[in-house]
Amino acid sequence: MIPEIGTGALLVALALAVYGATMAALGARWGRRALVESAQHAALSVFVLLTAGMLLLVYAFLTFDFSVRYVANNTNLGTPFYYRITALWGALEGSIVLWAWMVGLYTLIVVLRHRTSARELYPWVLAVMLGVVAFFLLVMTVPAPVFARMVPIPADGRGLNPLLEDSGMITHPVALYLGFTGFTVPFAFAVAALVTGRVGDFWITTTRRWTILAWYFLSLGLLIGGWWSYHVLGWGGYWAWDPVENAAFMPWLTATALLHSVMIQERRRMLRLWNLALVILTFALTLFGTFLTRSGVIASVHAFSQGSIGVFFLAFLAVVVLLSLALIAWRWDTLGAQGELDSVVSRESAFLLNNVLLVAATFTVFFGTVFPLLSEAVRDVKVSVGAPFFNQVNVPLFLSLIFLMGVGPLIAWRRASLENLKRNFLWPVAIGVVAAAVLRLLGVGSALVLLSLALTVFVAATIALDVVRATRARRSMGERTLAALGGLLRRHNRRYGGFVVHLAVLVVAVGVTGSQTWSVHTETTLQRGQEAELAGYRIRFDGLRESQESNHGKVTGRFTVVEGRGAGTVLQPAKKFYPQEQSPIAYVDYRLGLIDDVYLVLGDFARDGSSATVKFQVNRMVSWIWIGGLVLTLGTLLAVLPEPRRKAA
Amino acid sequence: MKPKFLIGGAVIALALGYMIWAGVTQSVVYFVTPSELQAAPVTGKAYRLGGLVARGSLSWNPTTLDLTFTISDGKSTVPVRHRGTPPDLFGEGRGAVVEGQWVSEGYFKSTHIMAKHSEEYEAPHGPGAVSSPGLVETLQTEGR
Repeated sequence: MIPEIGTGALLVALALAVYGATMAALGARWGRRALVESAQHAALSVFVLLTAGMLLLVYAFLTFDFSVRYVANNTNLGTPFYYRITALWGALEGSIVLWAWMVGLYTLIVVLRHRTSARELYPWVLAVMLGVVAFFLLVMTVPAPVFARMVPIPADGRGLNPLLEDSGMITHPVALYLGFTGFTVPFAFAVAALVTGRVGDFWITTTRRWTILAWYFLSLGLLIGGWWSYHVLGWGGYWAWDPVENAAFMPWLTATALLHSVMIQERRRMLRLWNLALVILTFALTLFGTFLTRSGVIASVHAFSQGSIGVFFLAFLAVVVLLSLALIAWRWDTLGAQGELDSVVSRESAFLLNNVLLVAATFTVFFGTVFPLLSEAVRDVKVSVGAPFFNQVNVPLFLSLIFLMGVGPLIAWRRASLENLKRNFLWPVAIGVVAAAVLRLLGVGSALVLLSLALTVFVAATIALDVVRATRARRSMGERTLAALGGLLRRHNRRYGGFVVHLAVLVVAVGVTGSQTWSVHTETTLQRGQEAELAGYRIRFDGLRESQESNHGKVTGRFTVVEGRGAGTVLQPAKKFYPQEQSPIAYVDYRLGLIDDVYLVLGDFARDGSSATVKFQVNRMVSWIWIGGLVLTLGTLLAVLPEPRRKAA
Repeated sequence: MKPKFLIGGAVIALALGYMIWAGVTQSVVYFVTPSELQAAPVTGKAYRLGGLVARGSLSWNPTTLDLTFTISDGKSTVPVRHRGTPPDLFGEGRGAVVEGQWVSEGYFKSTHIMAKHSEEYEAPHGPGAVSSPGLVETLQTEGR
């Protein structure tokens, strides 16, 4: 009975979403307030019904209702409590439910926040948002029915994919989807701006905070994904340029470009068309990513089953892109720039270059991701494009972007004089050069690593210089140092929030550079009591232990770090044997550190426990990447704080 | 728009085009089946080789970490050598994609084993009933 109620709720929600989208559009067209209000009620009902649908699914999971195919496929009687809830988004159908629910939630927030403040745009925004919800509800009803029954009813379920039994799986999809779905709001505003012809700057200032939030969640989702990959998959890496990672990375790149280009529009009334294009592109890329990962056209670690769902996404993507292009063509005359670029050496052109590079990076990632498909379709040759391609092409782009990160915020608008350049960049450049020299003396050989770290130091120095100067300026007005700093952050929270986010990117960049350069690994078979040594760390194999967990058997190795930082630590990598899986799953154990992570993966072992093969890695500076995520959070919080009132600048 | 911006844009576009072209030609890896590889092996070129791990061919020495096996597509076989623990999903009679190169000594030197299992090659008929051509096809899609 419960599943039927769930299906019913989703069907009614679909009807209401279609109704609401239509009413909102008609209301806007005819100027009838009552129709828009009816659409608002529809939006609220859709959200309530979606929530109900989701709760019913959770209920089906908690009560082990294996008559529901989705439940039977993603849990079994042994699945622990929390993972029975998160199994909700453990596979295709449920992830669509979560997705739709989030768009529904965002729609509701849009209703609450922008009902009165964005009067002309608002009905169209509502129409677009409800249209998107309707699409996802359609997917839930036709190609991916989440409450579909299973006959005969199995006695036990198949169980959740063991790799998903991890805390990362609770947060990673949620953050990622909050990011993905968040871009629906700026997109809806962009469409509304085009439809109403109000393509001025209002829509972009209104959606600024939305874009930042969506961007933040997407960043967080990517970072948590990296963390999951690092501590679950047991290969010691966090990013593999896997098609699914790329699918999430592409909208991140275009959204990053957007965050910067809107500042140019706000300040100089330029790039209107460009910003519209970026918003549409970002939204289209989130759909494209879903198409890529849910349709089975590209295989990856994130295995999702094939099905007709790909066709739905492709069709929706086509509608979104064509409709947007048609709207842009229709409004073409009003989209011309009002400002002009004055000089190549200016903040505008630094931002413009940043945008060009980010879009270029998006294109290379796109190209590398779809090239195997193209190659097969056009030449009938099966190829793969791996990490070397992406690294080779993107590293120069990213290094240039880091450089611009130092230049952009400090260089003068319009035209930078030599005096301005000297004042802002003499010291940071000098500090960067000194840092490179010091690192060279310390034995860093690779030019690329030196460049990467020197650029990082250069950017950090520009930020420090700016903060010191601004604090000093406030102090000269009689404030104490700390009060001056606090006031600065509060008064100019957008600027300094941005700086903190830049710092976060630097911290991540150091982590990536360090881990790619200095991580070492070995693999060896140890007898009980025998030791292995790597990069100043020595570990001893102390034996194996067998145990039975709620839904799997486990063989745990015991290794003691006997020499190196953290000596005495016992690491217990294991192999888990899930009855529903053909093969064991490795369970990694590690000791994280600011500089070194000691990271062990249990390989093969002798049945009597006398010997075990272990992958022994010392990964360098990986923790910086996760710390970067924390700094990123702080920076974003600062940037989205409500701005204090001040006179128009 | 001033000409210097157009020139700048053109320079960036050209540089990007060159980087992508160079990147693809240098790092693209061809996917081959044992038959295709045996037909025209090029020494030193990177391949992804996909097929079944032939039954009775697998040997693993924990002390030296030497792993040897034969990859088969039903028509042809290729001897493979690898250094390191066999991955979790790896085993005789199962599918695998190995990345590496053909060496002049007459075997495939693997640097990376991808032994992904997916529902595709067990679900329709159950693990025992998989036909090997179908499996090889699955692996080709998987191995991209």
